[in-house]
Amino acid sequence: MSDLPVTLSHVSYAVGATPILRDLDLTVRSGAPTFIIGPNGSGKSTLLRLIMGLIAPTSGAIDWNGTRDPAPRRRAIVFQQPVMLRRSVAANLIFALDQAGLEKSLQDKRCADLLALVGLGDLADRPARRLSGGERQKLAFARALARSPELLILDEPTASLDPSATLALEQLIGKAAGEGIKILMASHDLGQVRRLAGDVVFLHRGRILESASTQAFFEQPRTAQGSAFVRGDLITED
Amino acid sequence: MRFLISALTIACLTLGAQAQDKTITIASTTSTQDSGLFNHLLPAFKAKTGIDVKVIAQGTGQALDTARRGDADVVFVHAKAAEEKFLAEGFGVKRFDVMYNDFVLVGPAADPAGIKGSKDIVASLKTIQAKASPFVSRGDKSGTHLAELDLWKAAGLDPAGAKADWYKEIGQGMGAALNTSKAMGAYLLSDRATWISFKGKDGLAIAVEGDTKLFNQYGVMLVNPAKHPHVKADLGQAFVDYVISAEGQKVIADYRIEGQQLFFPNAAK
Amino acid sequence: MMEGSGALDLVLSGDPALYAIVRLSLVVSLSAVAVAALIGLPLGGLIALTRFRGRAGAIVLLNAMMGLPPVVVGLAVFLLLSRSGPLGSWGLLFTPTAMVMAQAVLITPIIAALTRQAVEDMWSEYRDELTAMGVGPLQRLLTLLYDARIALVTVLLAGFGRAAAEVGAVMIVGGNINGFTRVMTTAIALETSKGDLPLAMGLGLILIAIVFAINASAWALRLYAERRIG
Repeated sequence: MSDLPVTLSHVSYAVGATPILRDLDLTVRSGAPTFIIGPNGSGKSTLLRLIMGLIAPTSGAIDWNGTRDPAPRRRAIVFQQPVMLRRSVAANLIFALDQAGLEKSLQDKRCADLLALVGLGDLADRPARRLSGGERQKLAFARALARSPELLILDEPTASLDPSATLALEQLIGKAAGEGIKILMASHDLGQVRRLAGDVVFLHRGRILESASTQAFFEQPRTAQGSAFVRGDLITED
Repeated sequence: MRFLISALTIACLTLGAQAQDKTITIASTTSTQDSGLFNHLLPAFKAKTGIDVKVIAQGTGQALDTARRGDADVVFVHAKAAEEKFLAEGFGVKRFDVMYNDFVLVGPAADPAGIKGSKDIVASLKTIQAKASPFVSRGDKSGTHLAELDLWKAAGLDPAGAKADWYKEIGQGMGAALNTSKAMGAYLLSDRATWISFKGKDGLAIAVEGDTKLFNQYGVMLVNPAKHPHVKADLGQAFVDYVISAEGQKVIADYRIEGQQLFFPNAAK
Repeated sequence: MMEGSGALDLVLSGDPALYAIVRLSLVVSLSAVAVAALIGLPLGGLIALTRFRGRAGAIVLLNAMMGLPPVVVGLAVFLLLSRSGPLGSWGLLFTPTAMVMAQAVLITPIIAALTRQAVEDMWSEYRDELTAMGVGPLQRLLTLLYDARIALVTVLLAGFGRAAAEVGAVMIVGGNINGFTRVMTTAIALETSKGDLPLAMGLGLILIAIVFAINASAWALRLYAERRIG
């Protein structure tokens, strides 16, 4: 069972009469991290939620390795503001492991391993909702890894973190990518994109304007909006 | 459906609800309970027979209805006409006189109607009507309420029917009625037993007593097992037999509060 | 029982009849809370998490039923359990079980309605995260009930407070039988009718003190739990 590739064909999404995404065609394959970039309000989060299967497109279709059933199999998501269950750090992770279908007898060991991996080993018994922002993201990351994902979606996970927490999370992301997990991540931190991304999808006003390798996009953007974004200008025209 | 679920669940919560081995339920009146007679009589009965008695204290009318529905084994009340109707409908086996006490007309200590010391209840009621002095009626179809209505009838008056504004039907028990008349400065008819044992007498006093018309007879009946087969006829009959026996009658006569005898046994020998 | 006046004397004298009444009050009302919780928690959670025709109407009905008059509930249970009623053969009228049933009927809507609100609020927070973890409908219900546990303690307390304080239903279905179905509230009604207002008030203060103590310990538990689990 695999979730890759994810194929979006003619996908649009609207809230009431307001279009958020317009007629997107996109395929997410295994490989280097793909970053969804674009200014605030360009539709990055909505696109990730569609790919995760949390919402359904208003028109068009999404399939995950040939199936249109949105139930997650081997994909997981880390939100910008992850919700911590009202229980301990370890219990949060055990819950995710249980939902992922891991056998009970293996859960404790795997839980300890994952907490050690993300650096929360000492906080296993701490109430999850008492964690700092950076620690929450680490726990959310561990919960996502609990699903043994092939596709790991991250929605601006470092947007509200300080630099050291950002670095810690970027290292975890890089490590996961190195182990073959496909990273699909939204960011508008261009430095972060340069550090982590293999290729980028540039989204603007609900449309994909560019889709290219990171290097190509940053060196030779093909659209005026892309150039403005790379320069760090505010883009106000369509 | 929820009832069923509740019931099934409760079945697991052992509350001793089914401890029905040697227990009977008696529907009786607030006067017998509030006066404390049962607290005196039942332990003696239990010592003699080993039977536990559960008393539901209601107005006479309601007590008879409880028995009509089959929710009691014995009725022990004081409204002869209503009891005889109950018998005639076939709900009772046989009625026995047990004891009597008497009613007293209680009123504000200041006696606004000026009837204090009278031995003529009918004349006193006429005075109350003439002066439109506040009067509290139980209004709950209890034995006391029915007795009060009979007395108004004997006086040729019908303040309840006339909806006189000085006549307040409160629809509550004897004690509540005493509390109410104290608060309103009103007259009311009370059974003597409840009056004697009532703890909040200050401000109230007996206005009229001693008239033979104030005689209050109590009767006891076994609920007819032919109507309600689950009635514990043997145990219920044991109670009936006990209260009309010489021994039971003596226990009743011995019950005193502040030295005063409250109930006067008069079962047929 | 209950000679003399003044609740303080009563408490200090350790009157066993008083303790039996207090104990029965607690047993009956806590059992009612247990029964109502068994029905109300899943029911409220289910209504919070499912969409069906007439759902809005069901929520309005449930909220309205929070104000069921105890006397009417008592009367309904009385008619059901009376020997002449449909369940008369169970012989439950004038027993503590009947009182538990009446109180459970009274507070199940309260528990269900407040649970629905608590679970629905939490679901809007948890929806994306749980969906992303592939949590199925039953597990979803259990997870939300568990994670809302602090709020639900308050919900159960609201039910307990209502059950312990009501007199109309237990008077009708229990019969206020001395030593068997007499609870705090019916004892207070009885002492009031006997004109012993100081004793009635004293008993009332004991009842209030008990309810207060239970609420205070639940509140302390809640503060502790919030500190522990956030």
